[in-house]
Amino acid sequence: MVHFPMAGLVVFPLLGALVSLALSQRWRTLMSFALILALLLNNALLLLQFYSQGMFNEAMGNWPAPLGIELRIDGLALIFSLMSAIVASICALYAYVYLRPAQLKLFWPFFWFLWVALNSIWLSSDLFNLYVGLELLSLAAVGLVALSRDALSLAAALRYLFAALLGSIGYLLGVALLYATYGTLSLVELSQHFSLTLSSSVALGFMFIGLLMKTAVFPMHSWLPPAHGGALTPVSALLSALVIKASFYIVLRLWTELSLDSAPTSAGLLMGILGSAAILWGGWMALHQTHLKLVVAYSTLAQIGYFMLIFPLLSDTNPHASHLAFQGGILMLLAHALAKAGMFLAAGNLLFCTGQKDLHSLAGLSRYRPLNIFAFGLAGVSIMGLPPSGGFNGKWLIIQSAMLQSQWQWVLVILLGSLLSAAYIFRVFSYTYQEVEGGDRFKQPSPLLEWSALSLSVLSILLGFASMLVLDLLPSHSVVTQ
Amino acid sequence: MSSYLIFAYGGVGLCGIGVFGFILHTHLLRRLIAFNLLGSGTFLILVGLSQSGRGEADYIPQALVLTGIVVAVAATALALVLIRRWAALTQHATLPEDQGPS
Repeated sequence: MVHFPMAGLVVFPLLGALVSLALSQRWRTLMSFALILALLLNNALLLLQFYSQGMFNEAMGNWPAPLGIELRIDGLALIFSLMSAIVASICALYAYVYLRPAQLKLFWPFFWFLWVALNSIWLSSDLFNLYVGLELLSLAAVGLVALSRDALSLAAALRYLFAALLGSIGYLLGVALLYATYGTLSLVELSQHFSLTLSSSVALGFMFIGLLMKTAVFPMHSWLPPAHGGALTPVSALLSALVIKASFYIVLRLWTELSLDSAPTSAGLLMGILGSAAILWGGWMALHQTHLKLVVAYSTLAQIGYFMLIFPLLSDTNPHASHLAFQGGILMLLAHALAKAGMFLAAGNLLFCTGQKDLHSLAGLSRYRPLNIFAFGLAGVSIMGLPPSGGFNGKWLIIQSAMLQSQWQWVLVILLGSLLSAAYIFRVFSYTYQEVEGGDRFKQPSPLLEWSALSLSVLSILLGFASMLVLDLLPSHSVVTQ
Repeated sequence: MSSYLIFAYGGVGLCGIGVFGFILHTHLLRRLIAFNLLGSGTFLILVGLSQSGRGEADYIPQALVLTGIVVAVAATALALVLIRRWAALTQHATLPEDQGPS
């Protein structure tokens, strides 16, 4: 029996990617919106199905693994699929209004390839399919960065492409070593036989270095700010909100399914130190940027650091605290996806109003374009981690977990990082409150642009109220630490 | 030592050359070639290492490598398009940070 909604998650965007290449710009747009509706419906159906029957697997076309492709839906995959559906739909709406017709025509195929890659990564339970998904994702993302076709974005795209390719090869090398040792690529089978030996540590080392490079974890981050900051606004939002999450998702999957929480603590500690460095460095750099979109891009670097902090807290000695950290990490990921997409879209609107990239040019916008500042601020609340927001709940859970395990250093890093993020967000605000002579000389973005930015920011706040609904989808802690 | 292990060692050697080239060269096309070497090395390791000690041919790594080659060709094509466009726009074959003071 075919689980129709599950196959739909891959089939619909793939259809969009392939068919849109053959259509004219007008039909591409029409078909894309029809498919977005279909995918949203599809996700809702899947959610209902998940509530009634829990997690399930499906071998595509009745070809069983290892040659066939097996898809799997569990709580984590479902949450990420819902997240990408919400963010991608709103970004698509924004792109439809924001992009010029020639850009929009190229945008759709890349957008759909991006989405099919994301969904196949969320649903894969096989190391090699994850590799194919990662590679497709990188190629689509690089294409999107190069969409504006000027020298600056081309350089960013090339830098991004080389980093992404190097990361993929590192991952694939690790997969090759694991296959040679265990003779399987399925995560489920691997988790049954896995033990931490020298060869499997080397393999995991290669995979993690590759994946962290694609996630832009400090110190392998230098490709991210120019790529995310320099791309067209809806593309920046997609990249920061969704694309970096995909490689992180694989790290998280490997870590929990291969029970690396029982590994020597030094591995977790190293991840935590990298994360702390990212939080402080990203926050510090964001504070010193003069271009609005670079502030937002460096803020992404810092936020990636928070996700990394959960690894030292996932331990098998204290399942309760470990589960809190896991939940906190997932909430942070979701809140960041919504808030950062909202923030990039709001930043894009602000840049549209002034026509300049410089922070100084924002002076006067608080008086004349309050709605956009409001959208930027609401997203900022979640990024800073002020209550009530998804970002606050996530941070709170992580801090609780750290206190339960008396790992006070992470609490300190989180507090310092929050101060830094408050500083760089209020710095942007302080520019907008400056008074200017000459009245309203700003352009007015269309309402659809303003409302799509605002809706994402509002969702990131609402996540603070609906956190339990989301976390209930995750397995209870006895399963997580197995 | 089985003949499969020779493939694996060859793959390790290719990977080494690839990484070396990637770090050493700033010319974008050379970097792309280095990446391709790195990819081929990885494929050799994947096929060679997983065959050694099994006796019979294992079809799974072969299927994987076929897929991997397709992915690598696609990535190379995209990189070539970007590099051509970059060269046409700026008259340079290296990225700005590698061009040095001139």
